[in-house]
Amino acid sequence: MNSNSNILVKLNNAGFRQSEKWLVEGVSLTVEKGKIVTLIGPNGSGKSTTAKIALGIYKNIEGSVEKYTTKVGYVPQKISIDWTLPIRVYDFMLLTETIEDSAIDEALSLTGVIHLKNKNLGSLSGGEFQRVLIARAISKKPELLVLDEPVQGVDYTGEIALYELIKKISDTLNCGILLISHDLHMVMSATDHVICLNGHVCCSGSPSYVAKNNEYKALFGEKASQILTTYEHKHDHVHSDEGEIKKN
Amino acid sequence: MFDDFFIRALVAGIGIAFVTGPLGCFVVWRRLSYFGDTLAHSALLGVTMAYTFDLNIAISVFLISSVIALILIQLQKKTNLPGDALLGLLAHSSLAVGLVVIGFLTFIRFDIMGLLFGDILAVNTDDLFVIWTGGALILIVLKLIWKPLLASTVNYELAEAEGLNPDRAKAIFTILMAAVIAISIKMVGLLLITGMLIIPAAMARNISDSPQKMVLFSIIGGLLSVILGLYSSLEFNTSSGPSIIAAALILFILSLFKIKQSIKLKN
Repeated sequence: MNSNSNILVKLNNAGFRQSEKWLVEGVSLTVEKGKIVTLIGPNGSGKSTTAKIALGIYKNIEGSVEKYTTKVGYVPQKISIDWTLPIRVYDFMLLTETIEDSAIDEALSLTGVIHLKNKNLGSLSGGEFQRVLIARAISKKPELLVLDEPVQGVDYTGEIALYELIKKISDTLNCGILLISHDLHMVMSATDHVICLNGHVCCSGSPSYVAKNNEYKALFGEKASQILTTYEHKHDHVHSDEGEIKKN
Repeated sequence: MFDDFFIRALVAGIGIAFVTGPLGCFVVWRRLSYFGDTLAHSALLGVTMAYTFDLNIAISVFLISSVIALILIQLQKKTNLPGDALLGLLAHSSLAVGLVVIGFLTFIRFDIMGLLFGDILAVNTDDLFVIWTGGALILIVLKLIWKPLLASTVNYELAEAEGLNPDRAKAIFTILMAAVIAISIKMVGLLLITGMLIIPAAMARNISDSPQKMVLFSIIGGLLSVILGLYSSLEFNTSSGPSIIAAALILFILSLFKIKQSIKLKN
């Protein structure tokens, strides 16, 4: 097996223009099996647009996208369920693919919302809805998982647990993850590759490299670059060679 | 068995209700009621074409409605007019052109009231064949596109990202809309077809908690409306279309009590 067969999606100098305005341009990135690639950047920097280019939602793009998988799970940034459509969590889990009940229950349990299975989607709180969205995306056992701010509105402890879950999923399913996150702690701790966007790629590389980069500091401030060091001091577990997490 | 005009009307109406039930749910979910209205208005043009060129009414209406749907999609892409203005433009201009053409066709006697509001006396055995085979085809196709259509109704980008091809499903659904209007125009009349699509579905929304249940209740609601409506049409000598829609309205009002109850239970 050559190394290329691990590639799930590859953007070559990709960009997207909407009515003469570039939303994002010149983005090159690769998501491989078992790896987490994170997009960070201020509001309007083209993070969601980049994710949508990778997913093939935007058609008339500059550059090119090579996609090597059809098993995709997507957690969009915003979803609103119209009142006219009565739909339970259970129906929503089956929305794009028919999956077994056991897989549905497992995914809902992992994200801690199994008790909401027969609730109407419209009656959930923001945080509960995010958990359902994540459960739906992972229940399909995708090869490529695209998460656009997956833990927005989730309480603080839940946020940590969900990020741990995402990391675990990338390991157990060996799926590639394209993550958009505002949480720099998370980004710096669990990510393999960070891409800092601001209409174009400002800088990219390993978390420690990006944290020291001047452009990153200019975007997020001096404090943000200390997050990595702060985080390393807080380390309560180590990663074994097999990728397992061992508590200290 | 089909000798009796009333039995024919009943069989036709039942066939129509099976199709308008599920399609009506999507019309409500995707906010297409004015789109349905526009296609129905353009059906008059289809009817005049059928008389002029001696075509089957259902086929002629289907063709014209499909063309209008295509024109609408093109206009949406090429102009900046808002959707509702475009719909109004197409609905009323096609209705007007249809009526003008009727004015020219002096050699044929038109029953305008029958066209607008439906006429049970007009349903013949050929129509029954068109309604039931056409209806079965519509339902089979709808079943095939159910998943992508429902997924893109919930969220277009989700459906697109996960490989369901929502654009194709939407295009096919548009054709199905034209087809359902074509098969029900004689029975319900072009001014009331949208009511047949929306009212049973709206009634079903009030008593359902899942998409599948809403489709089922919408069909049941449509069937009851047709049966009640046609019997009262016979009894009181009223037009078939309005009688069916009035029956659907009564069912909708009854369904509101169920909502009231469930709100009370919650509090």
